[in-house]
Amino acid sequence: MKTGERRPVSFYLLAAFFGLFVLFLYGPIVTIGILSFQGPNGGLTFPMNGVSLHWFGNLFERQAVGDFGGSFTRSILLGFIVMGITVVVSLAAGFAFRRPFPGSKALFYLTVASLIVPSVLVSLGIGLMFNIAGIEPNWYSSALGAHLTWTLPFGLLIMFAVFNRFNRAFEEAARDLGATPWQTVRHVVVPIILPSLIGIALFGFTLSYDEFARTLMTAGSFNTLPLEIYGMTTNVTTPVLYALGTVTTVFSFVVIGLAVGGVLLIGRRRSRHGSDAGKGV
Amino acid sequence: MTATADTAAAPAAKPAARRRRGGTGWWVSWLQVAPLAVILTVFLVLPIAAIVTVSFWDYDSVRIIPDFVLTNYEELFGSTVTWRIYLNTLKYVALTWTLTLLIGFTVAWFLAFHVRSVTWQMVLFLVCTIPFWTSNIIRMISWIPFLGRNGLLNSSLLSMGVIDAPLEFLLFSDFSVVLAYVHLYTLFMVVPIFNTMMRIDRSLVEAARDAGANGFQILTSVILPLTKPGIAIGSIFVVTQVMGDFITVRLMSGGQSASVGLMMANEISLLQYPAAAANAVILLLVVLLMVAAMLRVVDIRKEL
Repeated sequence: MKTGERRPVSFYLLAAFFGLFVLFLYGPIVTIGILSFQGPNGGLTFPMNGVSLHWFGNLFERQAVGDFGGSFTRSILLGFIVMGITVVVSLAAGFAFRRPFPGSKALFYLTVASLIVPSVLVSLGIGLMFNIAGIEPNWYSSALGAHLTWTLPFGLLIMFAVFNRFNRAFEEAARDLGATPWQTVRHVVVPIILPSLIGIALFGFTLSYDEFARTLMTAGSFNTLPLEIYGMTTNVTTPVLYALGTVTTVFSFVVIGLAVGGVLLIGRRRSRHGSDAGKGV
Repeated sequence: MTATADTAAAPAAKPAARRRRGGTGWWVSWLQVAPLAVILTVFLVLPIAAIVTVSFWDYDSVRIIPDFVLTNYEELFGSTVTWRIYLNTLKYVALTWTLTLLIGFTVAWFLAFHVRSVTWQMVLFLVCTIPFWTSNIIRMISWIPFLGRNGLLNSSLLSMGVIDAPLEFLLFSDFSVVLAYVHLYTLFMVVPIFNTMMRIDRSLVEAARDAGANGFQILTSVILPLTKPGIAIGSIFVVTQVMGDFITVRLMSGGQSASVGLMMANEISLLQYPAAAANAVILLLVVLLMVAAMLRVVDIRKEL
């Protein structure tokens, strides 16, 4: 459009600012990524005292750093449960909010409230509730609920954004062609909004997988990974802490990569197959 | 008993059901939102009710005792520590809000108005948002080798001869706390501001330019006013996150500073639940007041 135009000076200043911002975002995590390869006698800061995988090995020795394997498994499992519930519940609620219904405003504000109520409060409240009711808190009950109060608002807000831009003509066309409401949802609406559903799944999984404050009083007797990491910050003074940070961050990047890749794949497939209009299908 | 209740209720229920079925089919909507409503009621409304209830209970060193006393609130308001901690938290909020707003706005402005290809816009936007999906605790820890006494920053400043002795204020100070907040929460500003900016009609900018406005005037008289809703949403996120935070303060101040959330977390670890609950009630009221003030600027549902 304007490719020939020369860029103003302000562009280069802002680009430099943006570059610094990205450095600020990623610099520290790259630092601990490098430091996690410290030699066996290396410390928490530079210089590097040799290069080794010593601290990654250390991670899997049960005595050395608590229960890394168990908490990792629990966090992944909990993440998947939260992800599934978040996608299904947000999708269903998203459909409902397309039409006005009694109570919609109250429920909307309740959902927004869920987003702004401080995490530590949710944690305390659920802990107290289980305490009063005499139920033992557990990662798959109380912590699950605590995580959902954080992921569901994001899911619903994304659904709002999706349906605000959704062209109802697709559904009308499906209905005119004789599709039942269920067929319309299954074969028309869901395939169109699939990239957004992947986005909701990404929010659901990662926000749960990384959640600390909401898990603090709700996890019961078994730690999730963030609680384990937090425990380590107070009593571990070796680069094993960085090794753990590197492993979980790489895991997060893999999850994000899968989600982004999935969305791109869908987009590419769509542009390859394109519309079948006029092809006599 | 139950039989009479049923027969009495039946005629009343029937017309209501018929009205619904004949009308807009609300029951479908209600069925669709039922899981959301149930989850939020059980894990948000009831817990807050539990907090409010327990805030009036009594406690000793081992257990909490159902009662109705105001001592938790009296102790809270009576102590100068509370006021100091609230003031300190508000200081963090003010500093973090200012910095995240300035940085977030600039980054969003660059992405929305200076990057011309949509693909690049999306790639760079993704680069800004990816850290949101990684662990906050790890992101905080990762500052330690950078800021510490023997950290990267100190050692490079020393070797360059800029300083003679390591700077002590870099880690475990208010500086590192605010730095971590800015690091964690700037993208809460970038995303909504970018989102709002992308929906500004570009012809308005062209019109301003044709009318003789320079770049700065376009920014302050066209873009900034139209970006207000995004700024409000970002501000709500940042302010509520910092108000309720305790882990950043604990990790990054090394026990030197306090925040309202940390005060609560300490009471929780001492099993002083009623005191923590009273604290929580006040914190919730303060946060809701702040959000209500910010919501006057923006209608969230319109912005999605």
